[in-house]
Amino acid sequence: MTERYDLIVIGAGPAGLSAAIEAAGNGLKPIVFDENAKPGGQLLKQIHKFFGSKEHKAKVRGFNIGYELLEEASSLGVQVVLNATVIGLYNEKEVTVKIGDEIKHYKGDSILVATGASENMVTFKGWTLPGVIGAGAAQTMMNLHHIKPGNRILMLGSGNVGLVVSYQLMQAGCEVVALVDAAPRIGGYGVHAAKISRCGVPFYLSHTIVEAYGTDRVTGVKIAQVDSHFQFIEGTEKEFDVDTICVAVGLSPMSQLLKQAGVAMKDTQGGYIPVCDVAGRTSVDGIFAAGDVSGIEEASSAMIEGRMAGAVISNYLGYVEAEKMNKRIADLEKALGSLREGMFAPKNRGKLVEKTDEGIEISMSLLEHGYVADEEIDRYPGVTHKSGIHPVIECTQNIPCNPCQDACPKGCISIGKNITSLPVVTEDHPCIGCGMCVASCSGQAIFLVDEDTGNGFGTVTLPYEFLPVPEKGTKGVALGRDGKVVCDAEVVNVRSAKAFDHTNLLTMKVPKEMVMKARFFKTTGM
Amino acid sequence: MDRIENHPILGETPQGNMVEFTYDGQTLQGIEGEPISAALRVAGIMVHRYTKKKHEPRGVFCAIGRCTDCVMVVDGKPNVRTCITPLRAGMDVRTQYGAVAKADISQ
Repeated sequence: MTERYDLIVIGAGPAGLSAAIEAAGNGLKPIVFDENAKPGGQLLKQIHKFFGSKEHKAKVRGFNIGYELLEEASSLGVQVVLNATVIGLYNEKEVTVKIGDEIKHYKGDSILVATGASENMVTFKGWTLPGVIGAGAAQTMMNLHHIKPGNRILMLGSGNVGLVVSYQLMQAGCEVVALVDAAPRIGGYGVHAAKISRCGVPFYLSHTIVEAYGTDRVTGVKIAQVDSHFQFIEGTEKEFDVDTICVAVGLSPMSQLLKQAGVAMKDTQGGYIPVCDVAGRTSVDGIFAAGDVSGIEEASSAMIEGRMAGAVISNYLGYVEAEKMNKRIADLEKALGSLREGMFAPKNRGKLVEKTDEGIEISMSLLEHGYVADEEIDRYPGVTHKSGIHPVIECTQNIPCNPCQDACPKGCISIGKNITSLPVVTEDHPCIGCGMCVASCSGQAIFLVDEDTGNGFGTVTLPYEFLPVPEKGTKGVALGRDGKVVCDAEVVNVRSAKAFDHTNLLTMKVPKEMVMKARFFKTTGM
Repeated sequence: MDRIENHPILGETPQGNMVEFTYDGQTLQGIEGEPISAALRVAGIMVHRYTKKKHEPRGVFCAIGRCTDCVMVVDGKPNVRTCITPLRAGMDVRTQYGAVAKADISQ
């Protein structure tokens, strides 16, 4: 006999799990199918601290958010079936699921499709060679299976995925030799680019891959500059010895099941997606969609979309009254809205934003080279000069994020109501140098600076998430925002605390004229 | 390639149970339950199969079971996605040529 469920969720990622949790909380009995051996989707591979505000679980690392979701789902009795690939979805709310070598048939009173997205690819000579991998593959290998994807890696793609995975590759002990993008400007958050740049990774914008070298595996790569029509410019070729090429050129919604079910679809710049309302109702009664399958965003918005779908499904099946649902949807819409503000908002996609909401010029050096130039940094409201220790916040773009504001126990940092505003360091701040702001910044853009500690020196405290962590007394060099050596430096303090969540606070002593230039520490002689 | 033994965020990698398996007849070791592809990668093996017509090498591309570039002949069964198939002791893993293992080509 065919089994029947209140709600069948396809995909146990952030959207699917959130929907199942919301629905189960309202009394429904959902079942979740996922083709993978582990639930959680891509969340469990994301080891960086998330953006947003408290309600979006900002400053919590992705995999910890994933574990929280799994725990919540299990405490509510949500049934998750793994290694279960949904291979058919029909408009009578029926699914066929491949489990092992069997195909099973289930009926739902409602269906939520939360299948997520798959990685895009670009072709170049040698693109099929072993050693050319997706950025997601790299993330899976190092953060889930604990193996290095390669030793020397070139990353293609400067969106947030390319930037975040490049940083993670370095955390795993790999060398990232270059970050390349055919676009003339970096696509992802400037803070993500800046934290790679200061480690010395060069950015090649308006460049792309000509050819991957190798006969049975990648042994090198040739890149070249492209003109405004994306044609190679002769004489601009550069070669790198690499064993791995990582490709991060966007994602496409995996919406095939929705199409199969006869849902009205639309072709957009962001892929082939279902026509649906804000809460995920599609054109077919009882079939809903949430997360990347209905338009690529990120996990934070996918979780809210999942909650919304869970709320409307609860009402659809009569478990929740319309009034209660509408209030819930309105609250969630507000939370979602704040994530969709700022210069990276969906409405600004592909546009060059030249000024912040505050009217400050965006750093072109950041967009074209990956770092804010020394002469540009003073124009931002988080960057102030004081005697004594104080935060220097190199947050230069309007992105939805505000943990720094809550992190400071003394109230030195203010963002205000709008979470995309640039943080301001208030005038009469009583900074005590606790470092909570440094550790709380998901973009690793906050430094504590003491411009004069005597004898011609000052100190810079920076977030440090690599191994080995240099010990107090280690001598080395300070690197600038561009990753180039600016001066000698000595580690004078290293702090780690549970509240910092694996972000070590490294304090280095540098000549005082360098405190506004030195932004990373590198041990010499290693 | 190396295993990551200690990670700045994820901490120390839990010790797994080492098991033996064969790759094209050669005995290798890997951690029980990890994807077959992970054990091969650590052993330095990148080529999982050769395409049928052009005899081109293919290896892991997506690592999540979508692209099928990493398929091999495992315990006599072809087209096994090694990136999502857990390693078990005694597995017989073979490079796939087209849709078969090499020993089967001549037959």
